[in-house]
Amino acid sequence: MIIELKDVDYIYNPGTPFEKKALDKINLQVEEGEFIGLIGHTGSGKSTLVQHLNGLMKPTKGSIIIDGEDLSSKDTKMKSVRQKVGLVFQYPEHQLFEETIYKDIAFGPKNLGLSDEEVDKRVRDAMELVGLEFEELKERSPFELSGGQKRRVAIAGVIAMKPKVLILDEPTAGLDPKGRDDILDEIRKIYDKENITIILVSHSMEDIARLVNRIFVMHKGKVALDGPTREVFSKTDELEEMGLGVPQITKFMKAFKGRGNKVKDDVLTIEEAKEEILNYLRSKKDA
Amino acid sequence: MLKDITIGQYFPGTSIVHKLDPRVKIIIVALFIASLFFVTNFIPYIFIVAFIGGVISIAKLPVKFIIKGLKPLMFIILITFAINLFMTKGEVLVELGPLVITKEGLRQSVFMALRLVFLITGTSLLTLTTSPIALTDGIERLLSPFSRIGLPSHELAMMMTIALRFIPTLLEETDKIMKAQMARGADFESGNILSRAKNLVPLLVPLFINAFRRADELATAMEARCYRGGDGRTRLNELKFVGRDYAVLTGMTIFFAAIISTRYIW
Repeated sequence: MIIELKDVDYIYNPGTPFEKKALDKINLQVEEGEFIGLIGHTGSGKSTLVQHLNGLMKPTKGSIIIDGEDLSSKDTKMKSVRQKVGLVFQYPEHQLFEETIYKDIAFGPKNLGLSDEEVDKRVRDAMELVGLEFEELKERSPFELSGGQKRRVAIAGVIAMKPKVLILDEPTAGLDPKGRDDILDEIRKIYDKENITIILVSHSMEDIARLVNRIFVMHKGKVALDGPTREVFSKTDELEEMGLGVPQITKFMKAFKGRGNKVKDDVLTIEEAKEEILNYLRSKKDA
Repeated sequence: MLKDITIGQYFPGTSIVHKLDPRVKIIIVALFIASLFFVTNFIPYIFIVAFIGGVISIAKLPVKFIIKGLKPLMFIILITFAINLFMTKGEVLVELGPLVITKEGLRQSVFMALRLVFLITGTSLLTLTTSPIALTDGIERLLSPFSRIGLPSHELAMMMTIALRFIPTLLEETDKIMKAQMARGADFESGNILSRAKNLVPLLVPLFINAFRRADELATAMEARCYRGGDGRTRLNELKFVGRDYAVLTGMTIFFAAIISTRYIW
């Protein structure tokens, strides 16, 4: 088990009129190699939760164990936790600061105290993983790049630390459809190649349906649902009650089935739906 | 750490203090500050404390909140206290090597520290009970007579509104960038002063870039809504003195005049 949370509570501004319980008795277990989608309404506690996973925030109550290390223990080195759990914030391009792309990506590995050769290797690998041309871009300023490219640099900066768990907080927010697809493809590629655990926070049910194999749904500071993608997305009513939804195509198939067509309604992607409808039409024709 | 800064924060409420015309409150605070500097004796401090306590209880402000606002300035208060304590000449009370505490020094240091505490709490009462918009409206109106001699009162007020408006935004942003860099192994808490200053680069560069970007966006947004400065601009809610404003202003003027006069009586 790489991540384990036991009864984690977090309260903002305790003892003031602005007191707010952001996390309420969170219990979670994540196995190595899982690809998890974290969804929830704005203010449901997603961002607070992910910041707990690398020790940026400390729980008011409860314990967090990352790769066998208890974060509340004094012997745990925060640096090693932050190396293990890489966190890419929302709009990560807003944290770029170096003169060159190379230096910016090297910031994390250098903080880990690695040798120059190792840093160099990691920068190359990270740039390749996110689809940035090393020779062409390494000496350029990150501020000259387009939005999507800047975001890649920022993601590479975290990947270069070789985390065991990669957390991405809405990595596609504010990108155009092409930029979105590219980034998501690269995340998929990183997952396949690097064999790491990924937690993807997103508002797009389509993105989640396409990529992850398990979903956590946060609602009012609690984990409302936790299960395999297909299972969670079969609970349309519950999700809609929480102000969330299911992928459009899943909704469509449900409605299609409701009209008396004998199809499966737990499809997640357009490809699956296409297959299912074609099969159905063929079987109808044969009958 | 950054969340502890409560200076300039507004604490919403419906009390009479909240409802007073901002101009009255600004004038009272000016009188308050002036009288603090006229006071040379501990006895008038009783009235100052009564005034602060009275406003706090009428406005229903949580005392904890006000104490929290003092915390970031504790350092300055302590330094003032220490300097006054050791540097005032007079009748020696205690001698600790080169450090000498005198009777006058003790009196002076307590007096100065209290003056600072009153200064901070008194002025924060203004911002705690007045929304930033009302505050700048008040300043603009108070300064408007000077626009005849070329003082750009509207522009000054607008600049203040914008500055106040962006304090929380920038604090939030600082917090976010700090966390993002800490997630990449940056260390803002250890090391000597030189390496600490150097470690701030990853924080300051993005912060400035984002601040300029925001300023640019705001300028565009204002222009898109045809903002062109103060000339001929009318407002939705005109400030207007009502009976209670006159009453409070008169009462408070007499009160502070009395406090100021203690300097000449004692």
